Amino acid sequence: MNLVIIDYGAGNTQSVKFAFQRLGLNPVLSSAKEIIGAADKIIFPGVGHAKAAMEVLKETELHTFIPQLKQPVLGICLGMQLMCRYSEEGNTDCLGIIDEEVKHFEPLLKVPHIGWNQTTDKDGRQTSHYYFVHSYYVPVNNYTTLTCNYIQDFSAAIQKDNFYGVQFHPEKSSRAGEEYLQRFLDL
Amino acid sequence: MLAKRIIPCLDIKDGRTVKGVNFENLRDAGDPVELARIYANEGADELVFLDISATDEKRKTLVALVERIAAEINIPFTVGGGITTVDDVYALLQSGADKVSINSAAVRNPLLISEIADKFGSQCLVLAIDAKQTPTGWKVFLNGGKIETPLDLYEWAKEGASRGAGEILFTSMNHDGTKNGFANEALRQLSETVNIPIIASGGAGTMPHFLDTFTIGKADAALAASIFHFGEISIGELKTYLLQHEISIRL
Repeated sequence: MNLVIIDYGAGNTQSVKFAFQRLGLNPVLSSAKEIIGAADKIIFPGVGHAKAAMEVLKETELHTFIPQLKQPVLGICLGMQLMCRYSEEGNTDCLGIIDEEVKHFEPLLKVPHIGWNQTTDKDGRQTSHYYFVHSYYVPVNNYTTLTCNYIQDFSAAIQKDNFYGVQFHPEKSSRAGEEYLQRFLDL
Repeated sequence: MLAKRIIPCLDIKDGRTVKGVNFENLRDAGDPVELARIYANEGADELVFLDISATDEKRKTLVALVERIAAEINIPFTVGGGITTVDDVYALLQSGADKVSINSAAVRNPLLISEIADKFGSQCLVLAIDAKQTPTGWKVFLNGGKIETPLDLYEWAKEGASRGAGEILFTSMNHDGTKNGFANEALRQLSETVNIPIIASGGAGTMPHFLDTFTIGKADAALAASIFHFGEISIGELKTYLLQHEISIRL
């Protein structure tokens, strides 16, 4: 499989690459449209600041290219948040694949939400624990496939057409995370 | 529900683990990656690697080690020890570390906290604080406890959080090595002072100590070294015990 990780300076790119290597793949890191466009599947990683990330994506014109992709795309953490229309982090417009605003947690509990939390699928079943680390969240919406609760319910995973997103870090979520990534590869 | 975290800490010198470890199923007790893999398989929620190499030359081996850990270990890990600049942080994060912890350098230059948080995000920055209870209150110490500062633990924690630290790793020097339990009163007060997660460190000796630090001390995570390294408590049995006592735990 031709798996490409979009390389735009996100903080967890290396960890994501290693995670797929542990699954026996050899992903390519690239910011080149022709390479990303030719991939079978695409990973859109992300750790860092939404506004700074969008600036990099705009410079490379990936901000208009990514929403047009037809292959399965998996956004991880900030990558998922950037799939939304807008983020309160730096008050920035994002890719607009999903018409939602990314919000900052009300600090009713400790923020960031750091650690292992369970999610709930559409049938109300609890999943394994996954590793989260974030201060901003995507509200529950029509495209939410997994919800998680911290301070309030939020989207732990979303899907719209060929665009998938996870708020947690499957690359750091032990066996449960590896199984999640494998399911994406098996799509 | 968010789970409380159990975090083994490995001391690293010149790329090898130091302080004894005692595992029957370990081929090479000095290899941090091999030990990390055992802990990850036993259910450790995160790992902390603390580099105590004395020279810059030997510290460079740390970056290579971090890359090996990131390639092989599927849980988050923090690297600390001797980090003094934004460039140090960049090199470690680029190699695959999830977080860095800074200690003395942050006290000497509090701007470092803001610089790291602004550049890489609060989520990757753990402010480590070593403190000791003195007649005038909890005071922050530097260089592994050798140098006393006038800084108050709670004030310093507050400043660290406001400058952008994402978590606080608090080691009580009164409790460290005693195996008499964590500094739960100070931990609880820390949790009430700052609104970022607190990692308890120093004093773990028994499984009830972990229970107490999560219930009485309100800690979000608990770190320990020797009791895990010497197999006095296995992570699996500790987590089962905590679950039986209704602590939210990932099994």
